[in-house]
Amino acid sequence: MYVAVKGGAAAIEASWRLLADQRRGDTTLAVLSVAQIREQLPLAVDRVMSEGSLYDPELAALAIKQASGDLIEAIFLLRAYRTTLPRFGYSLPMDTARMQLSRRVSATFKDVPGGQVLGATYDYTQRLLDFALLAEGDDENAGQEPLASGQGLPVSMPRINALMAREGLMETPQPTSQTEPGDLTRDPLMFPAARPLRLQALARGDEGWLLALGYSTQRGYANSHPFAGEIRRGKVAVEIMADELGFAIDIGDIEVTECQMINQFAGNREHPPQFTQGYGLAFGGAERKSMAMALVDRSLRAGELGELVTSPAQDEEFVLSHADSLEASGFVQHLKLPHYVDFQSELELVRKLRAAHAGEQHARADDGQAIAPAPAIQKAA
Amino acid sequence: MMDDNYNFGFLDERTKKMIRRAMLKAVAIPGYQVPFGSREMPFAYGWGTGGVQVTASVIGRDDVLKVIDQGADDTTNAVNIRRFFARTTGVTTTEKTAQASIIQTRHRIPETALEEGQVIVFQVPMPEPLFRLEPRRRETITMHALAEYGLMNVKLYEDIAQLGAISRTYDYPVLVNERYLTSPSPIPKFDNPKMHMNPALQLFGAGREKRIYAIPPYTAVRSLDFEDHPFEVQRWDHACALCGAADSFLDEMIVDDEGSRLFVCSDSDYCGERRDAGYCGTQQAVHMPVNLLPLPLGEGRGEGREEGPRAEALAPTLSQKEREVIQ
Amino acid sequence: MNDDLLLSVRGAGKRFMQGNRLRWACRDVSFDLYPGEVLAVVGESGSGKSTLLRLLAARLACDEGSVHYDVRDEAGTAAAASAAGEAGLVDLAQLSEARLRWLARTDWGFVEQHARDGLRMNVSGGANIGERMMALGSRHYGKLRGQALSWMERVELDVDRIDDLPGTYSGGMQQRLQIARNLVTHPRLVFMDEPTTGLDVSVQARLLDLLRELVDQLQLAAVIVTHDLAVARLLAHRMLVMKDGQVVEQGLTDRVLDDPQHAYTQLLVSSVLTP
Repeated sequence: MYVAVKGGAAAIEASWRLLADQRRGDTTLAVLSVAQIREQLPLAVDRVMSEGSLYDPELAALAIKQASGDLIEAIFLLRAYRTTLPRFGYSLPMDTARMQLSRRVSATFKDVPGGQVLGATYDYTQRLLDFALLAEGDDENAGQEPLASGQGLPVSMPRINALMAREGLMETPQPTSQTEPGDLTRDPLMFPAARPLRLQALARGDEGWLLALGYSTQRGYANSHPFAGEIRRGKVAVEIMADELGFAIDIGDIEVTECQMINQFAGNREHPPQFTQGYGLAFGGAERKSMAMALVDRSLRAGELGELVTSPAQDEEFVLSHADSLEASGFVQHLKLPHYVDFQSELELVRKLRAAHAGEQHARADDGQAIAPAPAIQKAA
Repeated sequence: MMDDNYNFGFLDERTKKMIRRAMLKAVAIPGYQVPFGSREMPFAYGWGTGGVQVTASVIGRDDVLKVIDQGADDTTNAVNIRRFFARTTGVTTTEKTAQASIIQTRHRIPETALEEGQVIVFQVPMPEPLFRLEPRRRETITMHALAEYGLMNVKLYEDIAQLGAISRTYDYPVLVNERYLTSPSPIPKFDNPKMHMNPALQLFGAGREKRIYAIPPYTAVRSLDFEDHPFEVQRWDHACALCGAADSFLDEMIVDDEGSRLFVCSDSDYCGERRDAGYCGTQQAVHMPVNLLPLPLGEGRGEGREEGPRAEALAPTLSQKEREVIQ
Repeated sequence: MNDDLLLSVRGAGKRFMQGNRLRWACRDVSFDLYPGEVLAVVGESGSGKSTLLRLLAARLACDEGSVHYDVRDEAGTAAAASAAGEAGLVDLAQLSEARLRWLARTDWGFVEQHARDGLRMNVSGGANIGERMMALGSRHYGKLRGQALSWMERVELDVDRIDDLPGTYSGGMQQRLQIARNLVTHPRLVFMDEPTTGLDVSVQARLLDLLRELVDQLQLAAVIVTHDLAVARLLAHRMLVMKDGQVVEQGLTDRVLDDPQHAYTQLLVSSVLTP
């Protein structure tokens, strides 16, 4: 005799215990510390902060530990935590021109004021697995004085795009309205979306999605002929306006990577040609994300630059509706939830239609003549 | 006991106010999708965040909460959500529809009729009824504003022309208050009639898509159809094996390797109440024939195929009832 | 002012930014159209005739001048005092988006040059024809199907194809389907953009015959854009000749074709290959 399956609560608790075991792994090995993750997996931490929309390396490291290394799950944890935080207000716009640089490259000129600073980058490594890293204990570099990055750099290293704008070669797009930009963490994204909101959505958007779309623009799906005008990484001050004091105060530094792309020039007889730009910004050293973001930012500006919209990367609703990894992951994975009631309904219809179809075939075979395709369904109760 | 680390209902009061403002607008315009600033919740998008935010915004200390998924209280997702509210509000929870003041549901409306004063909160994955025909929000917003629903009617016509029947069996589109085309959420069409002139307040929350809509009590809700192809609900040939109900939505369960099926009420509370009242079903699984229909022409008919004992066993031996269905 | 004037155009013009310059695609177009009258707009490609058609059908807004139409309210009676103050005629620029869309679905038809632009390619012929009726609230499947069948007969389409997708129809059949789809609400005014271009000569001829019959039977007014003088000769009562965005000549079709006054018209007429 059938007994309804119960015990959902017990099953859930058991799954939590199994999850904790999975996270811990082999208990003969040392527990991974949050500090280790923060220090030794910084690029993972950077991604989680950027897409989690929260700058806190320790919390991001904790999320990564709790999520057993699943970065999208970690991003989810950080975002959910963010929801509970009280909001004091908005900072002043960050001045990335005043950045304590650890890396600065430009592909547009052989030499640029301030010079090119390679910094810590995988770009010129050979991608050979370093089996020396398998060994327990510290590697050779430990114990030496850390190379001071950014030492000896000029105080001011103006950005290429700014220099070109001074000469009139680069457009300087202004916001189309004087109202405050909306806040994507408070209000839903509605279309058409102005550039400030688009940039917010891209900044917290999934890196893989933006990378693929940016890549598509390089392969002919809307070409903007990009050049990397300026990519810089370093620490920037965050300032807020203190109402009681009447002036801005510096509440700390955060590390960001900024990318400014120089793109296809536009112009006409009234307006001489200028280069156009795309912009990307990410926390920490997330360079790939900042570059992909800049490419997609530019392609989404097609409408305002009078370009024909022909490809997915230019379709604002398509790009931005699917950019959030939480939404995408949640909805894709929700298919695991029970759907048997709806499936039951589909089953019933398919059986009915097949029965009707067979009925017609029987009738046709029996009578040896074609029956008008009046569906038997119409007569069903 | 309520967890003091969080505000009552998890959301802060400003967020609840924002959501309530959206709900007021929704109630004032039945069936119209109101955008709202959906927050990231401790559940994944797609797993009920919209419903949870709606419930969290209306629930009070004296409320009694019931949470169901697929009609049952003990499915894992319903358990998870119910525990979340127990933890963040401390309100009484119940499995009995008649005792609940708020019912949060995924994919079903309870069989027991709802009453004035009750609130039913639906979890909605895709609030836009036209999305399968027109994915672009910019277009559908205009269609709703101008009540241009030709696209949906064309689709229904096409279903009948090609299939002989409308192909939607769940999330069946309805016209609310004779004005807005609305998605009832993925409830089976069996449940659509319950929405019409319901004494309870029906609220719909879509967290990922960031929309809220509502059907106030005693509002007209009409499932789209044609006059000569009227909307009809599913019917089963069987009654519930446990309680004998012939008028409820039945879950079909496969119980053995031969494909025997057991049909049981999807609404666990309804079934339980009936059994408590003394009703009883057959308590037996139903044997379904291996191949209800003859093989399509050309496959295994005549030419070259061995007619052996296995082929004979597969030749359908139709029961009288099944013959009737085919004829 | 004649009370049953259907369409009145005064000094209509439209300009575009093309590359570097501002260019008037069409300018200073004026004419009146009465119920049952067919007007052909003739010219080479680039003459501005397609832009003009889109101005008339309110798909583009005039940058200069105006287009007035005799709008009926939903009950089918002529509109009361209009914005322009003239009995029945309303400036299209004054109408809301909702009203224009309603007009386009009921009292107007628009036959596109490429049938694919004027049909729903992913639903059957029958659904295409029935759509306007469904948008107006018709809810009886059998009647909708019956209407679709009768219209298919009327435009000489094989009724067995009613459930087939338009992609399986030939070019000529797609045009006929488009025509049926537009006429099902008995519009008083139909816009046609090169309705026969791209079809085989014999198919064109049959389609033109059909159009002539329908215009006659249904008392349709029409504005037909074409570069083919034969189409104008066969279908139109009057014609406009356009060159570089301007109307160079207009008048009764027979008069313009038999006794062209403007040098360009003379050139057009003389270059038509005589059989």
